[in-house]
Amino acid sequence: MAAEQAKVDPMHQFAIEPLFGSAHWEIAGYNIAFTNSVLWMVISAVALWIFVAGGMKRELVPGRWQMAVESFTGFIDDLLEANVGKEGKKYVPYIFSLFMFILFANVLGLVPLPLAMAGIHPFTTTSHFTLTGVLAIISFLIVLVVGFWKHKLHFFSLFVPHGTPLPMIPMIFVIELVSFLVRPFSLGLRLFVAMMAGHVLLEVLASFVIDASNAGAGYGLLIGIPSFVLMLAICALELLVAAIQAYVFALLSSLYINDAENLH
Amino acid sequence: MPQIAQLAETYSSQIFWLLVIFGFVFFVIGKGMVPKVMGTVELRDKQIGADLAAAQDARNQANAEEEAWRKRENENRAQAQALVAQAKVDAAAASEKKLSAAQKRIDKKMADAEAKIADARAAALVELETVASEAAQTIVEKLAGVSVPAASASSAVKKVLSNG
Repeated sequence: MAAEQAKVDPMHQFAIEPLFGSAHWEIAGYNIAFTNSVLWMVISAVALWIFVAGGMKRELVPGRWQMAVESFTGFIDDLLEANVGKEGKKYVPYIFSLFMFILFANVLGLVPLPLAMAGIHPFTTTSHFTLTGVLAIISFLIVLVVGFWKHKLHFFSLFVPHGTPLPMIPMIFVIELVSFLVRPFSLGLRLFVAMMAGHVLLEVLASFVIDASNAGAGYGLLIGIPSFVLMLAICALELLVAAIQAYVFALLSSLYINDAENLH
Repeated sequence: MPQIAQLAETYSSQIFWLLVIFGFVFFVIGKGMVPKVMGTVELRDKQIGADLAAAQDARNQANAEEEAWRKRENENRAQAQALVAQAKVDAAAASEKKLSAAQKRIDKKMADAEAKIADARAAALVELETVASEAAQTIVEKLAGVSVPAASASSAVKKVLSNG
């Protein structure tokens, strides 16, 4: 039995593999292989499209599906209304896309596919900082563009809070500038780390179950069952984290946009 | 950690496809579908608001009509009460008049009766005087044997009567 000792690599789930022999697709020398990560991005986008399309019946008295879609758009609308104000309305499409895409990617990455035996397992694209980082940079660029477009060079006053004593201004300016520039990193890393940590934890607990069962029935019962119960609890927690991280990403993006729209 | 180990070989495909897919999500779903969904919500809110306003208007109108009706009703009632009061006053006046007329008639009858009584009394007094003077005349004649003329007897009697 020792030969069949499961070698569970908790990081394997994050490995990116090209699919459909697309490993060598290139544009201008850059590899654009259609990987499993891309596949799950597509699945998230298509699922989101189906979800929103189901709410497009435009009925006066909404059905359940339409109600669900409208509650999401209303949620984002309220979020922007509360954080940015009247000008926030025009960011609803962006924040909605951001929130829903991340939410769908997070949740779909948690789906325990019964095809795992065949080597097909869900892939959490949001556990890659190449993805979360790009989304964070897009949010950051929107803040920069809107800020400089609306306030021109006056936008730099964002880095000098009201009532700063004159001698402190250079130092405060540098500190605020650094904290401003760190935003895209913190935004991207937060989502990537939260998603990765949860999945690693689940995988490690799963390996406990497998290894304990392989070591004997006694170990299997003693270690495997508590581990499995813990996995269930953490799965529930992960669903919560998936929603919260999407919300945090959208919330922080809207707060940063508020800085750009209204300065202080 | 594949995220870092595979970074060099996968970053371009990750970024490229993310931009393509997120572009699709943003332009098709965010820009294309979300405004329609929100438009529906707005339309519904507007409709509900309009319906509520219409209901409020109808309610206000009903209240105003009821108020007007109540006013009219009160006026009618006041009019009716005024009529009743007027009729009462008229009736009272009429009965007053009748009563006073009757009183007058009664007073007149009483006055007449009193006058008659007074006349009878005066006549009786005059008769008494005559009888008294004749009686005095006769008494004087019998007692003193003096014949007294009727005139002096009558004046003597009158004197006594008026003193008495």
